[in-house]
Amino acid sequence: MNLLWEWLADPNNWSGPEGVWARLIEHLSYSLVTLVIAAVVGIPLGLWIGHTGKGRLTVVNLVNGMRSVPTLGLLFVAVLVVGPLLAGDVAFLGPAIFVLVILAIPPILAGAYAGVEGVDPGVRDAARGMGMGELQVLTKVEIPVALPLIFSGLRSAALQVVATATIAASVSVGGLGRFLIDGQAYRDYGEMAAGALLVALLAVCVDLVFAAVQRLVVSPGLAAPNDSPRLRAAPQPVPATT
Amino acid sequence: MYPGGTTAVGGLSLDIPTGQITVLVGPSGCGKTTSLRMINRMIEPSSGLVAIDGRDTATLEVNELRRSIGYVIQSGGLFPHQSILDNIATVPLLLGWGRAKARARAHELLELVGLDPALAKRYPSQLSGGQQQRVGVARALAADPPVMLLDEPFSAVDPVVRAQLQDEFLRLQAELGKTIVFVTHDIDEAIKLADLVAVLRVGGTLAQFDAPARLLADPADDFVADFLGRDRGYRALGFVAAPGLPISAEPTVPLGATPAEAKQAAAGADWLLVLDAAGAPAGWVEPARLLAPITSAELHRGGTLARVGGSLRAALDAALSAPSRRGVITDDAGGLVGTVRAQDVLVEIERGPKTGAP
Repeated sequence: MNLLWEWLADPNNWSGPEGVWARLIEHLSYSLVTLVIAAVVGIPLGLWIGHTGKGRLTVVNLVNGMRSVPTLGLLFVAVLVVGPLLAGDVAFLGPAIFVLVILAIPPILAGAYAGVEGVDPGVRDAARGMGMGELQVLTKVEIPVALPLIFSGLRSAALQVVATATIAASVSVGGLGRFLIDGQAYRDYGEMAAGALLVALLAVCVDLVFAAVQRLVVSPGLAAPNDSPRLRAAPQPVPATT
Repeated sequence: MYPGGTTAVGGLSLDIPTGQITVLVGPSGCGKTTSLRMINRMIEPSSGLVAIDGRDTATLEVNELRRSIGYVIQSGGLFPHQSILDNIATVPLLLGWGRAKARARAHELLELVGLDPALAKRYPSQLSGGQQQRVGVARALAADPPVMLLDEPFSAVDPVVRAQLQDEFLRLQAELGKTIVFVTHDIDEAIKLADLVAVLRVGGTLAQFDAPARLLADPADDFVADFLGRDRGYRALGFVAAPGLPISAEPTVPLGATPAEAKQAAAGADWLLVLDAAGAPAGWVEPARLLAPITSAELHRGGTLARVGGSLRAALDAALSAPSRRGVITDDAGGLVGTVRAQDVLVEIERGPKTGAP
């Protein structure tokens, strides 16, 4: 414990290109790039599958397959195969982002398609019956109603990516993983513990940011009726007895 | 309004009259919902013609067609992420009315269907089932479509609320005069609401297409008769007015009358009618059993009330259900007019037109 506090209390560990702030920004940017790519791939695909019901089985199997791939192993394979085709830092960073994207797509895709697929068939029927085109059904009804699950997919992907982005350091790029790898190399347990703690804190902070955005974006009508005192059924007027 | 709507479905051919309620009724699997959904092309007919006002619906742009037809489904189908007001404004917004106008219209409709304007900002999950169905009807009415399709709109709510919604639906229709196609599996609901009932058989063929009174009086075959169920003769009386019933004056006492006053008013009769403070019938008492001034708790309330100018069924039921066997007749405001006896109602039934004869 003392080693951890000593390391964290040393201002030299926080500044400079190898300090905590720089590593934090690297870590965040890898995570953000990963999430954006995974969302650009996973959300439209998930929406399409949920809306049309097509390709569901294929994608479910593919996604489960992706989940079972060992991330670290895939990273080394990617560096060996793709690395030589790229130059400089990108030779290592590219493969790292790639494996993180592979990790992030399954929860995002599953959230999007489960969200759309879970829309009450009566709601969809009413939307079409009132004269909405397919695109309007998707954008005005299915996506807004699916938002809670889309967010839960994004949040779960974000947690995994922030935690797993540490492996980028194992192929000699930056991020908070550097403290883990370097700490181990120098037997500096304080540094290792500080790295782990910072990753955990960052993951929690990122999740809080997503939670705040979710509160702003998701309609209060979609909260479970028991969640809030505002969401109680209004009393039915007493029927006139004659 | 529209001069006439015509619907034809497979082997089924129906002329649905403008401005009236046509109810499609039949057992599950008879194709009543399918027939309904072919009208707004939620299901495309594989052959045959669906025409509204002489225009073949297959030639119209499908979403424009649907926006011009009100559509209410059993589960309500309200958008859970939108406020009640925005739900009701859906079709006006699709038609490009603009926010302010669509919302103003939605507020009007909220009141029209009997909902508290305070509900406007709530979400569907905060409303009871009955309230949700009212919102569903308001949403379907929002763009003032001449034709409305309702698919079992009241079958998911409890019987008390259902009866209430049915009464309000009839009141609305009296005001609006829409061309309505209504699907239900409940023959009693069909008979209560319909101007015309189409009874469908499994397989989507038409068993009978008639006014409710005619259906009860003269079922086309055993299938229709079975489907209509018991008490057809009695239920048919509900469609026969009773203008000529002899109404007798009835002695009464107000609530709070003493046993002596009651015995004097009853003049030896077993049962005496008690009126509330407003002069409306409150219930019956047995003067011989009274020990103290009459309180509300002692009243026998078994008797139903019939209105002057109401049906023979209501008058007969009032007579049969009253412990005195004297059926209480009230005016439209609920005040006492007098009483009738079952035998007088039976004389009227014998004297009147044969039930169901047009």
